[in-house]
Amino acid sequence: MREAILTFLEKNSRIDLKELAVILGTDEATVANEIAKMEQEHIICGYHTLIDWDKTSADKVTALIEVRVTPQRGQGFDSIAERIYNYPEVRSVYLISGAFDLMVILEGKTLKEVSGFVSDKLSTLDSVLSTATHFILKKYKDHGTIFEKKTRDERMPVTL
Amino acid sequence: MRDPLTKKVMDIAPSGIRKFFDIVSEMDNVISLGVGEPDFDTPWHIRDEGIYSLEKGRTFYTSNAGLKELREEICRYLKRRFALDYDPVTETLVTVGGSEAIDLAMRVMLDPGDEVLIPEPCYVSYVPCCTLAGGKPHIIELQAKNEFRLTKEELLEHINEKTKILVLPFPNNPTGAIMSREDLEAIAEVVEEKDLFVLSDEIYAELTYGGNHVSFASLPGMKERTITINGFSKSHAMTGWRLGYACGPAAIIRQMTKVHQFAIMCAPTNSQYAAVEALRNGDSDVEEMRQAYNGRRRYLLHAFEEMGLPCFEPKGAFYVFPSIQKFGISSDEFAERLLREERLAVVPGTAFGSCGEGFLRISYAYSLEDLKKALERLKHFIEKLEGGR
Repeated sequence: MREAILTFLEKNSRIDLKELAVILGTDEATVANEIAKMEQEHIICGYHTLIDWDKTSADKVTALIEVRVTPQRGQGFDSIAERIYNYPEVRSVYLISGAFDLMVILEGKTLKEVSGFVSDKLSTLDSVLSTATHFILKKYKDHGTIFEKKTRDERMPVTL
Repeated sequence: MRDPLTKKVMDIAPSGIRKFFDIVSEMDNVISLGVGEPDFDTPWHIRDEGIYSLEKGRTFYTSNAGLKELREEICRYLKRRFALDYDPVTETLVTVGGSEAIDLAMRVMLDPGDEVLIPEPCYVSYVPCCTLAGGKPHIIELQAKNEFRLTKEELLEHINEKTKILVLPFPNNPTGAIMSREDLEAIAEVVEEKDLFVLSDEIYAELTYGGNHVSFASLPGMKERTITINGFSKSHAMTGWRLGYACGPAAIIRQMTKVHQFAIMCAPTNSQYAAVEALRNGDSDVEEMRQAYNGRRRYLLHAFEEMGLPCFEPKGAFYVFPSIQKFGISSDEFAERLLREERLAVVPGTAFGSCGEGFLRISYAYSLEDLKKALERLKHFIEKLEGGR
């Protein structure tokens, strides 16, 4: 039941709970209960909105930054990760296998703002060995949603 | 000039709702719940494989019976999903959709005068295919009170010395009815006793809700009497690829392959390569689509209950078949007025046989958002009908 609820909420967190209950073949109270519990347990960590900012007049720049670090004795990567993720302009931090250690996703208003963060804040941390910054030029698909998707139903209207 | 056409073809009535189709296609802002195909695009990895096969220049014919690779995958799939045991070399034929397989089976099995039992309401091609093959269609009218399943008693009532084939169209288009193992076992007894053959059209086999589909040929003694027809259209959302298959006794498949060889040559090659990918890596897509259909099915049934539209719980395919008898107008009139007054297209039950009178076929191969909009129109129309009485 939990996975089924989450699958729906992940795609549409605004779905009407009564409707969701009907779809899942259960009652509204059960669904509401499960959701409340999952919120408490931090399985559900928030209800965000997917926005195609390119269609607005807001200035936004997103960068993916590969960071190589020296892990610290007793704490591994967690402590350096925490120092990075506490900056509000950092949207995501992932520990990565392979050629580098942390993937930091950063959002700023301008290229200058982002590069300023990298050179002033990130690179100067003691355990950071190197960084490589990639700016996102265009978002085609995010969170499983294609931004320019055809929505017209091209099927014949009636077939037997 | 002489009449260029044969009486046999001219005697086949055109689809009764041609006029209805024409109205739909001329109107603006119509919401349709009238389609008989999935709303999902074919999963990308399958499309990608089709594209790849074109890039590689695989634009040749395949063997008449279909790529050996594909036939092997089909047999593996039927074994793992429906406990069927077919040989890919002698008992399997890849066809242009399930439709071609229906046509071929009738053509190789019927002599003039042989009768084919066809339970209605059902998909529209069995009757004309039977007629064109020289057979005589014999309709069994299924009952709403049996949830449109075929019972042993009904079957026995219609069998005579000419009866050769029984068509088993389950899970059913348009009713959404399925046959349980017990239901099929009762039918199998009669099939054995009366020495019949079965054309089991299982194109919706992957779309059952609340239990795995039981394949007729998996019942003891039935494999040698059954042509199992299936395909990729509904299970893998591949309607436009035109790919189906027939499995059955080697003697029948051999003759079907012969006719197929002369009429068609082989099913489209790039569709066949795509289908190999569908069977190798597509089980989770099928499961995902089934879950989505099931949610919509529950949603529709709940909405019908709230608006007072009686409907038995269909456990298969992607159709619901509500009764409109209480409104005192015919299915055709209901559907035509619903279209003209609310711009909502559904298919009158009579399109699938005269015993579909009093019912509508509503498809849920649509997104929840579309269903929601459509249900508002339906509700509005019903309120109007009830207010006017």
